[in-house]
Amino acid sequence: MTKHLLKTTAATAGIILGLAAAGTAWAQDAVNLRMTIWSANEAHLAMFNEIAEGFKATHPNVSVTFEPLPFDSYTTTLTTQIAGGNPPDLAWILETTAADFVNSGALAPLTDAFAATEGYDLADVSEKATALWTKDGQLYAYPFSTSPFAIFANNDVLKAAGAKTPAELIAAGEWTWDNAFASAATVGQSGKTGLVVRDFKFQTWQNLASIWNGWGAAPWSADGKTCTFTEPAMVDALTAIHKAIFTDKAMPGPGEDIDFFAGETGMTITQISRASLLPKENPFDWDLVPLPAGPAGEYSVVGQAGVGAFAKGANKDVAVEFLGYMTNAENSKKLAQFFPPARASLLNAETLASTNPLLSPEQIENVVISGIANGTVLPGHTNFAQIQQTIRAGLDSLWVPEADVAAVLANVCSSVSPLLAR
Amino acid sequence: MSQPTQAPHKPPFWTIARRDAAAGYIFIAPQLIGIITFVLVPLGLVFWYSLHEWNVLAASFNFVGAANYQMLLADPNLPQVLIASAIFSAGLVILNMSLALLLAVLLDQKLKGMVVFRTLFFSPVVVSLVAWTIVWSFLLQNNGGINGMLAMLGIEGPNWLRTPTTAMISVVVVQVFKNVGLNMILFLAALQGVPKELYEAARVDGASGFKQFRRITLPMISPTILLTSIITIVGSLQVFAQIAVLTQGGPGMTTTVLVYYLYQQAFQFHFFGYGSTLSILLFVIVAVLTFVQWQLRKRIVFYEN
Repeated sequence: MTKHLLKTTAATAGIILGLAAAGTAWAQDAVNLRMTIWSANEAHLAMFNEIAEGFKATHPNVSVTFEPLPFDSYTTTLTTQIAGGNPPDLAWILETTAADFVNSGALAPLTDAFAATEGYDLADVSEKATALWTKDGQLYAYPFSTSPFAIFANNDVLKAAGAKTPAELIAAGEWTWDNAFASAATVGQSGKTGLVVRDFKFQTWQNLASIWNGWGAAPWSADGKTCTFTEPAMVDALTAIHKAIFTDKAMPGPGEDIDFFAGETGMTITQISRASLLPKENPFDWDLVPLPAGPAGEYSVVGQAGVGAFAKGANKDVAVEFLGYMTNAENSKKLAQFFPPARASLLNAETLASTNPLLSPEQIENVVISGIANGTVLPGHTNFAQIQQTIRAGLDSLWVPEADVAAVLANVCSSVSPLLAR
Repeated sequence: MSQPTQAPHKPPFWTIARRDAAAGYIFIAPQLIGIITFVLVPLGLVFWYSLHEWNVLAASFNFVGAANYQMLLADPNLPQVLIASAIFSAGLVILNMSLALLLAVLLDQKLKGMVVFRTLFFSPVVVSLVAWTIVWSFLLQNNGGINGMLAMLGIEGPNWLRTPTTAMISVVVVQVFKNVGLNMILFLAALQGVPKELYEAARVDGASGFKQFRRITLPMISPTILLTSIITIVGSLQVFAQIAVLTQGGPGMTTTVLVYYLYQQAFQFHFFGYGSTLSILLFVIVAVLTFVQWQLRKRIVFYEN
């Protein structure tokens, strides 16, 4: 009885194993690529699926699945997948973690593969846009989204409070941070909220680069080795921000979560792709303007997202090939519907107007095109997460009314310097 | 006529003892497999990882021996983290146990509607931890519900989650309110198990209410006090969701407790080796505390038999 059972089991196992082996043989040619993304927007997914279908025309055995992950925990989830031995074939990468991914050797080099792709024309992509994603002359991820920071204004709220609108200040040639903060303060003192740096929440301090770049300030030196929070430009910029928050009530304080697009706020700094959040019902009189000039003159800041292929993936070559197809000149036009492109040939009012129907020609010219062409990318660094967290902890003592700005920044530098020097 | 040859007697394989043993193993198998798969193997792996430098992105996994443990001893943040953990645990245990005992004594009365109160105080225990914490995060915001109520009374409330002291108090209180019902029920069960004749005898001897509580109730429920204190301390060292939702370890590092710190190291900074080392430290702390408490039971816990 027992023996019989054993035999049956062995036979069954043999059949299953045989089938499995045969199954592998049959499936050898079919390739299923997986790309992690942080957008769950159905229009985005539809466009990606359309691009993947197009790739199938020349590669009938390749299918691509797009896996949306929550934005807040995106990098954590992605690295956990990698640590668990289940990395995706391709992944979107945030500008802040670009250095980690590019320098680690986790990503496959793209330059040669793109050069071999017919009609790709990598030179069309500006060097400024690819700098963050390049190491030793090799591109490791393609910057598919280069989205400038700009100011959305709610003219209804500004006018009701008796504040000057950005458009009025621009017309008068007075669009500076002094005047922008003054307008925001007028709104803030009227009981509404003046100016919100979106997603900053007193945690994501790197978003303040959209303000402090106007002072010519930066968190660290160009080579990333030295902390520059104690430089006069940074001290001045953060003093101005601190005053705007705690003295003038131009910006909401810590622990106040306010959404500009709910319609009760004068202005917000965010990326232009957020135009999709403007309310369709009960719309307010909104405007989109470039960032004001700071003491160091005019400037612009962009946020970037790249997409790369993992070097250790089983289907690396197909993944790189798909990336070349997805970001070629033709598909870049499709991507530009949602993600501001870094290709010079697409940076014209004609292309961008058809893809950004909400924006006026002037807004496209002044904010989008000049922003992308001149923008500095948000600060990034290898080991960014730890550096970000250390600076965040240090800056916490800045966000109280009686803070001594210079002293706090000296502390920030002393705690983060060892990490930068590493 | 020869006798049919009889096969020599072979003892059956399934003796009663073997059968019993097999049944026993089958019964404990689900639990045992669970513990091996989800506790012992991961524990071994975490120790193994703690001896390595594991760079996930570069896919490097190099044996570094005790380097992570040396880093642990030299970590400038660790004292702060351990102090935050100790403050959190001490605050939580003291507040949770005393409040639970107080509620249990109050609810151990034979009055109408007591069941309703017991249910009310217990209900947070069954609410999803994250949902509970998110609601509190709205209440504790600077312009949130609590400061709104204080403003109606003419008091300007602090910015609860952004000031070091109030941030710690907030996470402790949110956690106490969440779990105090569980300890309350355990205490209530223990209180109802105290023989009534002891109180009668004490009353005859003229003992006051407080004296009865001190001399009869406390000793009689001391086994439960030990149990709940172990559960509460171990639970307090594992606090994570409240910190992640309410303060993210801030302001500064004042609420960065050990579990949150190891989460940051492993999953945010991608130092999986060092994160594993921190979790070994947590394991040792929990093991030592539990052992000490278990030893103390001989001295302070009263058993009827």
